[in-house]
Amino acid sequence: MKTSTRRLLAHLATTAGLLITAPVLAKNVSACLITKTDTNPYFVTMKKGAMEKAKALGVQLKTYAGKYDGDNQAQVDAIESCMADHADGILITPSDTRAIVPTVQKARQAGLLVIALDTTLEPVDAADATFATDNFQAGELIGRWAKGLLGDKAKTARIAFLDLSTSQPSVDVQRDQGFMVGFGIDPKDKNKWGDENDPRIVGHDVTGGAEDGGRRAMENLLQKDPGINLVYTINEPAAAGAYQALKAVGLEKQATIVSIDGSCTGVQNVRDGIIGATSQQYPLLMAAEGIEAIKTYVETGKKPQNSQGLNFHNTGVNLITTHPVPGVPSISVKEGLARCWG
Amino acid sequence: MSHSLDMKSMHDSVDTGAPAFEERSITPLERVQHFLHRNPAAIPLIVLALAVLGFGLGIGPRFYSAFTLTLILQQVAITGIVGAGQTLVILTAGIDLSVGAIMVLASVVMGQCAMHYGLPGPLAVLAGLAVGGLCGLVNGLLVAKWRLPPFIATLGTWSIFGAIVFIYSGNETVRSQDIDQVAPILHFFGGSFRIGGAVFTYGVVLMVLVIGVLWYALNYTAWGRHVYAVGNDQDAALLAGIRVDRVLVSVYVVTGLICALAGWTLIGRIGAISPQAGQLENINAITAVVIGGTSLFGGRGSILGTLFGALIVGVFSLGLRLLGTDPQWTQLAVGALIILAVGVDQWIRKISA
Repeated sequence: MKTSTRRLLAHLATTAGLLITAPVLAKNVSACLITKTDTNPYFVTMKKGAMEKAKALGVQLKTYAGKYDGDNQAQVDAIESCMADHADGILITPSDTRAIVPTVQKARQAGLLVIALDTTLEPVDAADATFATDNFQAGELIGRWAKGLLGDKAKTARIAFLDLSTSQPSVDVQRDQGFMVGFGIDPKDKNKWGDENDPRIVGHDVTGGAEDGGRRAMENLLQKDPGINLVYTINEPAAAGAYQALKAVGLEKQATIVSIDGSCTGVQNVRDGIIGATSQQYPLLMAAEGIEAIKTYVETGKKPQNSQGLNFHNTGVNLITTHPVPGVPSISVKEGLARCWG
Repeated sequence: MSHSLDMKSMHDSVDTGAPAFEERSITPLERVQHFLHRNPAAIPLIVLALAVLGFGLGIGPRFYSAFTLTLILQQVAITGIVGAGQTLVILTAGIDLSVGAIMVLASVVMGQCAMHYGLPGPLAVLAGLAVGGLCGLVNGLLVAKWRLPPFIATLGTWSIFGAIVFIYSGNETVRSQDIDQVAPILHFFGGSFRIGGAVFTYGVVLMVLVIGVLWYALNYTAWGRHVYAVGNDQDAALLAGIRVDRVLVSVYVVTGLICALAGWTLIGRIGAISPQAGQLENINAITAVVIGGTSLFGGRGSILGTLFGALIVGVFSLGLRLLGTDPQWTQLAVGALIILAVGVDQWIRKISA
């Protein structure tokens, strides 16, 4: 209670601060941040990054969020509110990467700069820019690390895939397929998982990206093959659930778990040997750079550039592990904890 | 059991106004209908047996192993416990959409009390149970005293309890190792024991206990018969001298407490305390109750049916995974089972029409 009260007070103070300083910066830039939900720590961090940067640059910021992951209607409403509010730019993490596009077009036609954060729109150029983790690269890093760790045993590995959901959203596919490429599995069609025929794959199951789903999915796949020794997980909560399932049958030493996210809880789990390696992404940075880009656009008319060779602006990803593998760049747990979110 | 059947047939006779079916000449089909009408747990039990048999034939010894079968029990334990509470509410012709949120709130309260306020483990558990009961009391008062339709009342409290989970926990996950250090009692229901190849968690034992106690209470106590009576016809129950509002409030409070127990079990199962966990547990619980043959219109059904309903979903989920099908097929099968279950319920109801 103490910490949450303090956090609440700090939050109120920040809000009050914004209200007081706002009139002073009358000529200023105004921006909107629209996230998928207000409850997932990842988006909470994103909001924090945007608010801190907006305060530092004197940008007026309003934040909106869907009620649940996939709440497209709330995001449409939010964009319309921002247009009515004559905002200069919108940062959005789209819940439905296709359905939101017509509304985004309207906003752009009205002269707003629209930057997608974390998740690309479909098509990707429906937004003026995208600031995101290279999810394929994030998957590839843990795949390469796992291959290096197993060495010769990689040829006979028994691999479980703990994915996100049956609808296979882009983030789910990119991470999963990236891992396969990194590990040396032919991913077949790179736009979907489940079509591969590599004999090392025990199976795919879905987790919903949460602990309970991770545990159940791991139990199911262990039933298919108790010899599983490598577990790919879509995110760190799923990894924590998978570990519980392995521990319950005494197989936690047999299997190495790899994951993606870089939350503080996840990095601590790397430190404690529960997760072998994780790819860290930087939501705070995405939001902060997004706010900067909107300010630059208003002042100079310049739109953000894509990273070289990519169709979006890569905010970076780092592998975190306590067992570095030659040829796979990684950072220490200590550094990971310094840059973690949530 | 025969005692309980007698009570049920007495109960049915009040409801249908046709006290002695046996004396009329009836077709075999009607006989089946009557049997099913009196034994709401029979159909789910038959479906469960067929499912186990079918998947066993399709998959072989890997499915029939004691380990696999007890794993299914472990996987359905939380849904079974929450479903037991949900059954009580649905028997009163209500529905509780907030059960999953109460469960997670209770687990978060237990975690915060142990980790942040430094309370000893057992006290943290008690605090969680108290909060669960309190949530149930709120639901009960809204339904019984404020006369809100249960769907609306619990739709509201679902949102409220869910929001409190996130605000109160600050979206923070408490890690498994930290719980082990500070309050290992929170992991109690994750512990397990073996009998041969079978592995039972204490969570499974809790599920069986909760269902056993409720089965006894519903069939052999005045309170239990009142629950059925209120669900069948509230006005008639009132005229018969039953204090309907007290029965309703007690049902929601008991359900809240059971959800809090499920929250404790959840901590054992997933190790961590996560505000994101259990988001769909209200739907899972309603699914188990409905497939278990309890009528959404109240007054008819059984707690054992809920256990079988939860197990049917568990058997289909694991069985289909072992057959190597994509997870979508499980979702499809569960949907078909729900429709089938309600269809059968309607068919059985025809005899009392």
